[in-house]
Amino acid sequence: MESNKGGRSEALKYIWEGAIPLQIHLHQSEVTTLPPPPPALILAPRIGYLPLLAQKIKPFFSNSLPPGVDTIWFEYNGLPLKWHVPTGVLFDLLCAEPERPWNLTVHFRGYPGNILTPCEGEDSVKWSFINSLKEAAYIINGNCKNVMNMSQSDQLELWCSIMDGNLDSYLRISSKLKLGIVVDDFSTQLNISSPKSQESTQNADGTAPAKPGRIPVRLYIRTINEDFDELEEAPVVESWDKISYINRPVEIHGDGKCFTLYDAVTKLLPELFGEKLPPKDDVSREEVEVGPRLSPEETNKSSMDQSGEMLNERIVSCSVSDGAEMKLLRIQGIEPKMEIPFAWVVNNLMNPEYFLHICVYVKIQEPITI
Amino acid sequence: MSSDKAIIDISSWDGTIMSTDFHVAASTFAELWNKSDLGFPHWSWINSPKRLGFAASKVEEGYLSLESMILPTSTEEYQHQCGLDGIEDLTCSKEDVFDDTAILFHRQYVALNMYTYPCSICCDICAPVFISYLSMVEHCHDFALKIQKDGHERHHYDFHIIYSSSFRAPVLYFRAYCSDGEPMAIEDLEKDFPSYTAQELAISKWTFITQEEHPYLNRPWYTLHPCGTSDWMKLLFSNEPSVVSHGGVAVEKYLTSWFSVVSPIFGVKIPLKLSVNV
Repeated sequence: MESNKGGRSEALKYIWEGAIPLQIHLHQSEVTTLPPPPPALILAPRIGYLPLLAQKIKPFFSNSLPPGVDTIWFEYNGLPLKWHVPTGVLFDLLCAEPERPWNLTVHFRGYPGNILTPCEGEDSVKWSFINSLKEAAYIINGNCKNVMNMSQSDQLELWCSIMDGNLDSYLRISSKLKLGIVVDDFSTQLNISSPKSQESTQNADGTAPAKPGRIPVRLYIRTINEDFDELEEAPVVESWDKISYINRPVEIHGDGKCFTLYDAVTKLLPELFGEKLPPKDDVSREEVEVGPRLSPEETNKSSMDQSGEMLNERIVSCSVSDGAEMKLLRIQGIEPKMEIPFAWVVNNLMNPEYFLHICVYVKIQEPITI
Repeated sequence: MSSDKAIIDISSWDGTIMSTDFHVAASTFAELWNKSDLGFPHWSWINSPKRLGFAASKVEEGYLSLESMILPTSTEEYQHQCGLDGIEDLTCSKEDVFDDTAILFHRQYVALNMYTYPCSICCDICAPVFISYLSMVEHCHDFALKIQKDGHERHHYDFHIIYSSSFRAPVLYFRAYCSDGEPMAIEDLEKDFPSYTAQELAISKWTFITQEEHPYLNRPWYTLHPCGTSDWMKLLFSNEPSVVSHGGVAVEKYLTSWFSVVSPIFGVKIPLKLSVNV
């Protein structure tokens, strides 16, 4: 595990290297040349933000643009994309069936200020990131002093590490923030079987297993009224009103039991699971191995050996209540097994601002107001 | 304050409020405000439509809303009152108890609350100043709405107070629009705000007031960053005589006290009796 510097798993490395191939078209209303400019092909980091691509994209289209200046913004099938949501999350949320390359439309004019928060380029994105980091720090530690007291140079280096996808640099700075993430029994198991990871985990946390705490989570719920069996049949998201965006910490009480992803989701969405929670075995599930293994060394040595697989092409149906049904849960492009310890999910799949972004597709019979 | 009401032990209190208590505190605040006839629009509780994912919050579903408020003007009335830069708007009448410590407090409060970045100000430093600030606010009686002079366009403000489960504290969201309904940009807002707020906006552009998504409406609204809220709320309550004598914090007073600190940012002063006489 040569990448395991700073105590993070190899999974994190995969996430930092994860990118979505974009095919970006200039919106026809902004095309002033014939023939229209060809689309730009670009790799967008999962943990990045769309406006950060502006420098790379603009040269493709600058000769075709009408006079004037405005802010860059993107749309997918007519839906303006929220720039403060990490690119990977947008992809997981809006592309039910992953589309590669992902066809986006770029605009340099006519910013839809009634739908999107204003974006003044990199500074806006940076501060949105830092404010999220502060929020996460508050959730974890009950204050955000460590983030607020960061030196200017550390702050800059942290931001540059995100911009450059430099995980080592990120881990070096972020470890100073002392945002201890929970350790769980599963990780302890791993430690026993893998001395290297034990060493590094202790370096990172130095804490006992099953620590109670609050986990920063952003939950995106995409509701679908129509029935569909295959993901590619999921209807296009036409409006953000179809998506519920919830910012709520998950509390782990540390009662000795293993707290799983399933437990976390039932806490976040009790209305989907009803009053009495079904046994975990009742969760019907199809699995398929697609894509690279997340963390071979770890997964081989545990009962969770399927857990880290990149699952992206099957629908998971979870228990139903009031006609609502969870069709899919996706984190970092992965459909993780529901019985994975939540702490493992958090430690390995969180974004650099310490939030775990969870995308959920819910099919509901009756339209409800979002 | 009757003893059967919910009380929090001040010694172990972290300055936050439970989601389950937010509705109680909001109701108390709205009731007090509305019956006090301050010359401002009334607060009302907006029940949010049933939304997936909100059942777990245990919050009485919704938020507090006050719409179409016209801010007291901070021009003419105040310009001649005080030569000290940035404090004139704190004066409510010429009899006010009002000194440098209060000004200092306000500056520190803004820093504490709004996170000048990086912020190293600690609550302990400004506690005595805070008391002074409170005594100053207490002497404010003249908070009647100033009538704007001809030629000044009236701007309308909508305020929503929403519970944040991340910060376990209320967060103020607002938007502003001209009389024709056109939304206002932040540069234009500055002209409506007291000078100390405008100054802070210039210093702390990204950490004081920014546009964020309204959690219920999913549209961009302005918001005051909340990460210092619990710190100054603890400070506020730990020095209040009624808290000391009763040995605890009454949760229903939380929002009233909170707003008495937040509202001066907009040049709106509310009498401290609103929070003292709960």
